[in-house]
Formats: sequence, C-alpha cells, structure tokens
Amino acid sequence: MKTYTFTEKKDTRSGFGAGMAELGRTNSDVVALCADLVASLKLDTFIKENPDRFIQCGIAEANMIGVAAGLTLSGLIPFATTFANFGSSRVYDQIRQAVAYSGKNVKICVSHAGLTLGEDGATHQILEDIGMMKSLPGMTVINPCDFNQTRAATIAIADYEGPVYLRFGRPVVPNFTPADQIFEIGKAIVLNEGPDVSIFATGHLVWQALEAGKLLAEQGIEAEIINIHTIKPLDKEAILQSVRKTGCAVTAEEHQMNGGLGDSVAQVLSLNYPAPLDMVAVNDSFGESGTPEQLMEKYGLTAASIVAKALAVIQRKK
Amino acid sequence: MKTDELKKVASQVRRDIVRMVHGVASGHPGGSLGCTDLLVSLYFQTMKLKTDGTDSVVFDMSGTGEDMFFLSNGHISPVLYSVLARRGYFPVSELATFRKLDSRLQGHPATAEHLPGIRIASGSLGQGLSAAAGAAYGKKIRNDSHRVYCLMGDGEQQEGQIWEAAAFIPHRKLDNLIAVIDFNGQQIDGPTDVVLNNRDLGVKYEAFGWKVLHMDGNDLDDVVTTLAKAHAAGGKGVPVCIIMKTEMGQGVDFMMHTHKWHGTAPNNEQLTAALAQLDETLGDY
Ligand SMILES: Cc1ncc(C[n+]2csc(CCOP(=O)(O)OP(=O)(O)O)c2C)c(N)n1
Ligand SMILES: [Mg+2]
Repeated sequence: MKTYTFTEKKDTRSGFGAGMAELGRTNSDVVALCADLVASLKLDTFIKENPDRFIQCGIAEANMIGVAAGLTLSGLIPFATTFANFGSSRVYDQIRQAVAYSGKNVKICVSHAGLTLGEDGATHQILEDIGMMKSLPGMTVINPCDFNQTRAATIAIADYEGPVYLRFGRPVVPNFTPADQIFEIGKAIVLNEGPDVSIFATGHLVWQALEAGKLLAEQGIEAEIINIHTIKPLDKEAILQSVRKTGCAVTAEEHQMNGGLGDSVAQVLSLNYPAPLDMVAVNDSFGESGTPEQLMEKYGLTAASIVAKALAVIQRKK
Repeated sequence: MKTDELKKVASQVRRDIVRMVHGVASGHPGGSLGCTDLLVSLYFQTMKLKTDGTDSVVFDMSGTGEDMFFLSNGHISPVLYSVLARRGYFPVSELATFRKLDSRLQGHPATAEHLPGIRIASGSLGQGLSAAAGAAYGKKIRNDSHRVYCLMGDGEQQEGQIWEAAAFIPHRKLDNLIAVIDFNGQQIDGPTDVVLNNRDLGVKYEAFGWKVLHMDGNDLDDVVTTLAKAHAAGGKGVPVCIIMKTEMGQGVDFMMHTHKWHGTAPNNEQLTAALAQLDETLGDY
C-alpha cells in the first residue's frame, strides 16, 4: 500500500475560496454570486480584491440561479455559491431549465454538502444532490476530496465550457493531494494499485478509502484505490480496467446510495462487466444533528465500513 | 399571565438559549433572544392550547381545536425549544441535548424524532408561511375558528416563496392566520438593507391584501396588546401581518446592535457575562 502523508487538515470549502481568489486575479470573466453566506463559502478574498465582480443576491437562491444564467450571455463565467442543499434541491427547476437545458456556462459551487455539515441537522444535510445533478443532461458533477483538489477543480472548471456542479464541505480533512496537481475533469486518479478489490471513492470518503487500504494491507489484501472526483462524466474506462483486474468493487461516498456514485458504478459494471459490488453510502435515510465524526460513524461512512464491505465482495468472487 | 410573570419566563428562556448554544458550541442565539418575548407571550398568554383539563398542555399533531404556531425561521430553534419545554411539552432537562447526537432537539425543528410541539420541519428558509397557510385553510374547511401563527425572519422575506404565500393567504381570505416578521434589520452577511433591501415590508404586505400591525417585539406589554389586537382583527376576511421590531441578541448587551451573534455560540467567559445579565427565575435545566 502506497503511503500518503499530509502536513495539514483543511476544509475543502477553503480550497474553493483559494481557487476563487486565484481566478479573481487571473480570469477577468469570472463573477461570484452568493446568497447571504459569504463567510461560509470563503469568498472574502475574492470579494475584497474584485468588489465589482461579486454579486450579493440575498436569501433568494432561485433568483441567483436565473441571474447566473443571464450573466453568461455577456460571456461572463458566473460562480453561483451557497450551501449544497440550497444550491441543488432548492433550485432544481431553475438549474434544469435556465442552466442545464439552456446549456449555459454556470458553475454552481456549493459547500456544507452531506452529513459532515454536522449540528445544523437534516434540513441542511443534503444527501441527494449528486443524484439530482447527475441526472440532468449535460451537467458535470464534481466532488473533490481535499483542499488542494478543490482549489484545483475550482480553477479547472473556469476553463471548461458548460454547466458544472462542484460540491464540497465544511469539516477539515487531510490535505494530501499535491498542491501542483492539475485537475482533469472526468479523469479518475488511481491512488493505489492492487489486484484484490477496487475501491472507488469520492469526496471526503477518499481519505477513508486510503485508511481502509492500510487496514486491508495488514490482512494481506492489496486494494486498488481510485479517486472518482468527477461523478459525471464518469471515467468508465478507469472503472472497467480496474474491475477487470480485481473482479470486485466497493464504492464510498457521503451521499444516499440511491442516485450516488455507487449507482453510477453499478450501471457501468452491470452493462459492461458484471462483478460483485457493494456500496458505502447512506442507506435511504435522512441525517440528523451531531458532530461530523459521530455522524460518519453512526451512518457507517468510515474506513471500517469500507474494509467490511471489501472483505465481503472478495468472498463473493469465489 | 401578568406581564411580570411573563418577564420571569422570558428571563429564564434567555438563560436557556445562551446555555443551550454554549453547551454544543453551535446554534443561533441572536434571533432567538430577539424573539423570546414574542414566543413567551404566544405560548403563555395568547394562544389557546390543548390541555388535559388542568393547565398541562397536550401535544396533538392535528392542532384541531387549538391555536397553532409555525416557526419558519427554523434556525432560532433554541427559543422555540426552551418555550415548549417551559410550557410543559417535554422535560426541560432535554434542553441539554440540543443539537447533540440522538436528540429530539435537532439543529432546526424536525418531526422525524417526534418532538412534541413541532408539526412541519423548517430550516430551509422561506417555507413556513406556506405550511401555515395550509394549516389555516384546513381549519377553515373543518370549521375550526382557532388561529394559526407563523414567525418569519426579515432576511427570510427575500425568498420568493414568501411572496407566493403572501399572495395566496389574502386571496383565500385566510383571516385566521397571523404572520409575524422578526424585523431586526440583520441577516448573516450584514444589515438587511445592505444585503438585499426589503424596503417597506408593511407597505408591501398591505399591497398584497394584508392588515398590517406594528409592535415593539421586546416590550412585553406591547407584544401582548398587539397580539390581542391581531386576534380580534381575525374573522373579517383579511389576514394580519405584524411587523415586529426587535433587537437581535436582546437581553445580552454584547450580543445586541450587531449581526455577529446570528449563529455564533458564546465561549465560557461570554456565557458567564451573559448569564450575569439574566435572572434565573424558574431554575436552570
Ligand atoms: C433557503 C435558505 N437559504 C439560506 C439559509 C442559510 N441561512 C440561515 S439563517 C440565514 C439568515 C436569515 O436572516 P433572517 O431571516 O433575518 O434571520 P436572523 O438572522 O435575523 O435571525 C441564512 C441565510 C437557509 N437556512 N435557508
Ligand atoms: Mg433578521
């Protein structure tokens, strides 16, 4: 098992803020919009340096999405930002009609996704957004794993023409992606090669997958660990290539099982190369208040769950 | 209840609020403190609540034959939880579980854990007035003359859905509905006028067909009198909207005149300083 080290734990939303700060300096077409959550989205630097390219929309997310769509007509690149719940389920029809169906170059960038939002509870813990967004034709869906990757993804999506949903979160997590790593939309990253089981993880679960890899290695099992930062378009080739070798797979994500990364991987495998598969995800339930760690434990989004499911799918190979 | 007694309850509720958010180092004290006098007045004076025949309240999800309250600005759950507990809907000791794992006292009011007093979840802003409209409509169909109250934030008025409900309610003559807006002039990113100016909310609601009343939400006498006026104004084909001027953080000097305490919990020192300003009248939980 390849070892990954990190010097610091950081929040992915700060990676977004850092990416926006850089875009503010390098791309004069980039405009930021926010709905009364500037500090939570870490937009302070962008706003300070580019006050004329920041649009405060107030607590009116539906309007924000429409305004963003309209801004693209002038060739501007709007980054519409809020909490993940209010940037997805709250404004789904606005995104569907004015952004996705209209093919507009809007970047919907949302923080506090998933259970790790913590104490605010289920009203705010969106666990369905990947499913909603990936079912929109033409929508790109990205869920980076750490600060550096979120920063790189933020910069990369500005150069990509088309609607994007960029999802990140609130808690600090190990920042292990190399700072200079270029973000390639739709290109999975193989973090560890191994013959026994494929682990496809996204977002905060990528680090848990690496931890799981270490635990499996102690039992003599070498897992192939792949960071699927882009859920759509999905890197089908990388998935098939890995499972053709390992013969079984586990997916891991901070999202409902219905509609998540696991669903996408299941589709690829069942259509092309049926193989034993299991999923670490929230199993058809809402979240609740608690600390991020408590919630990830209670809902089974941990390295230990990945290990247990990996051992089980390996058994099913025989 | 006399104003003096309501004041005592309000002081205890304010203690509960700061202790609850301190206990979990998260939550929203600012708006909670500002709306304390309203919620205390509603639950201890104005609203007709179902009881077991004595003064003990009984929670009935249907709200049949009693007044109902909806908190649309769900982030100020601490004040609602404290008032519900102090009124007897659940043990005050449960306030200690606020926002903690396996609690019925979720960060934002929820029904999944069956907390007595909550009928529809809130937290995603802008939705409560519609839910209250449905509840009021239900009462009309069932010939139940009791009132439905709904509290909203002033920043929350920026949500489009509020204005869908604001058009629907007078159009359907839901004169059993009383909306209250917490007009504290603050939201997360700063003063409401600067973030997205609501302009004159009273004029807007009037133009939508509401009877508009104004009150000082931190003057218990004014709150009780205005709520009585609003109740009396019901049944005449027109819903009532009360623009309630409050001070965010009311009762704790360093939490007032700023939006800093919208969603920030006090540390140990700040808690001590806050509690020194609030009499323990009914016993801390
Ligand atoms: C739909 C939605 N958007 C954003 C938020 C995040 N949020 C929570 S409270 C708040 C500010 C609310 O302002 P106001 O209604 O004035 O309440 P106050 O701060 O005065 O308590 C925001 C933006 C939310 N809860 N729901
Ligand atoms: Mg306000």
